[in-house]
Amino acid sequence: MNSAALHIEALDLAYGPHQVLSKLTLAEVPPGSVVGVLGANGAGKSSLLRAVARMERAQGELRLGSLDLLRGRREDLLQHVAYLPQALPQASSLRVLEVIVGVLRATCPGLSAAAREERFHSVLAELQLLPLAMRRLDQLSGGQRQMVGLAQVLVRRASLMLLDEPTSALDLRWQMQTLHALRAAARDRGAIVCLAMHDLNLAARHCDRLVVLGPRGLLAEGPPAAVLRAEVLREAFKVDARIVQGADQLPVVLVERAEPFLADSG
Amino acid sequence: MTTTSISPTADLQTQYRQLQRRRVLVLALLGLALGGIVLIDLCTGPSPFPLSQVWAGLWQPDSLPTEQQIILWEVRLPRALLAALVGAALGLAGAEMQTVLNNPLASPFTLGVSAGASVGASLVVISGWTWSLWNENLALTGGAFAGAAVTTLLIVWLAWRQGATSETVVLFGIALLFSFEAALWMIQYIADSNALQQIVFWTMGSLGRATVTKVGMLALVLLGCGLWAARDAWTLTALRGGEEQARSLGLAVGRLRLVVLLRISLLAATALSFVGTIGFVGLVGPHVGRLLVGEDHRYYLPASALAGGLMVSGAAVLSKSLVPGVVLPIGIVTALIGVPMFMALLLRRKSIA
Repeated sequence: MNSAALHIEALDLAYGPHQVLSKLTLAEVPPGSVVGVLGANGAGKSSLLRAVARMERAQGELRLGSLDLLRGRREDLLQHVAYLPQALPQASSLRVLEVIVGVLRATCPGLSAAAREERFHSVLAELQLLPLAMRRLDQLSGGQRQMVGLAQVLVRRASLMLLDEPTSALDLRWQMQTLHALRAAARDRGAIVCLAMHDLNLAARHCDRLVVLGPRGLLAEGPPAAVLRAEVLREAFKVDARIVQGADQLPVVLVERAEPFLADSG
Repeated sequence: MTTTSISPTADLQTQYRQLQRRRVLVLALLGLALGGIVLIDLCTGPSPFPLSQVWAGLWQPDSLPTEQQIILWEVRLPRALLAALVGAALGLAGAEMQTVLNNPLASPFTLGVSAGASVGASLVVISGWTWSLWNENLALTGGAFAGAAVTTLLIVWLAWRQGATSETVVLFGIALLFSFEAALWMIQYIADSNALQQIVFWTMGSLGRATVTKVGMLALVLLGCGLWAARDAWTLTALRGGEEQARSLGLAVGRLRLVVLLRISLLAATALSFVGTIGFVGLVGPHVGRLLVGEDHRYYLPASALAGGLMVSGAAVLSKSLVPGVVLPIGIVTALIGVPMFMALLLRRKSIA
């Protein structure tokens, strides 16, 4: 299952009368890819991830290899798909270790105690969170709690990881740490990583492919250099941007001016 | 971000085991304290018994004169046990309620369950049913149980209809509390003086109606609900990490909320129908439990129950000893000692969990 591709076709999602995703079809995502989902607020980034994670009820075709993500058994889904909500883990008095072990108990009930130990230890070490392992969530900063949420997803070793703005509360160093860990999961385990994000340059640097959603659905998809163009950004974000080539040939986006909000259709 | 040295696995394991051992120790101490205070409860009363006599009387009833035997076994023991059990039931109910509604203000009292019980009991009092077929005791208990059960079922029904978001449930519960209080005042306004006295007495809470049967019934309900809750301990713990997080782990949060609310309704309705209004325990017990052992529900649920039991048992002792020769209503004493205790806890929120 670790070499399964993600297939999204004619995906529909509505909240009541409000159609958020309409017949969305994306090119097949091969295993080992990191996909950045971009778009203005309300364009449907979170909804897309939630639909794939079956957090919302969507229609269409959604498959990971042979696993039907819309109609398959929930237990199989939990085995293979891990979703990180945009909301940070709640500031309760639970310990970091407890919430990570809790995730393993809920999603991988067959795991032995030793295997559980190995898993949470390696993920805490990888994210450099070991010094926080015995701390209470309500004693952590927002960014630290976001890292705990990331650890909860990584520890499951799922073949599809869906992360809703995983770096929104992180400083520069932790942003790098997060994207390195996700890249490593894609490279070493052949996992597919889908990230909703706002930082275009971070996306350009770390993603293999970008998907840009606009008010009327898919605006562009493909490798960063092909997608990050001034006209796409104008349509998606209503900004005038200049794209320059960085030293390593990656595009760097400089936003010069935003359109006034009057004409914004949301 | 602290950059202390990275501890190896073994170190982390040791630390976690130590933490768990400390929690078990806290639970054991709470249990011992509860046992101790129940013994003190047995010793205090209009005719004080020395501890040695109580102890002997418990193991060898025949060692006591008949009169004392009757006082110990038929009056004090049911009352003392009922106090501890009611406290434990309310503490457990409050703890589960605060978790599933994700609100530290949730408790059978604040969401109107005990007000519902009072309305039920009061309706029985003014309807005059107490004088007909049933004996008064049973009628009051039945009315209160029906009132509390109807209240929680209303809350459950709303939770189910609204997709069970926690804010609406809490708001609805608070709204119910106000309507039931208004209904209670209305009933008191139209009641005759005899009935009025009975209603007021009910709303102050009393252990006076304790019987061995009631102790047995509540013990069974508490045991059943406790074991049932223990099965959900992991799920409830996961819920404390965040509702979205729990849902992303495949937990059916909405269904869990309904099941837990139903369980609480059974627990709280049984407890409240035997003793009348005892507020605050369901609210404070869980906070004490959380401060002492954290929120791993394997420890948090029993700790909240034990803390609740301790509070009501402590209040029972005080209710007999504050004013010599007078037994004050238990509900009044519980709130009087509960409120300052709660304030103190909130002010020095330093947890050892």
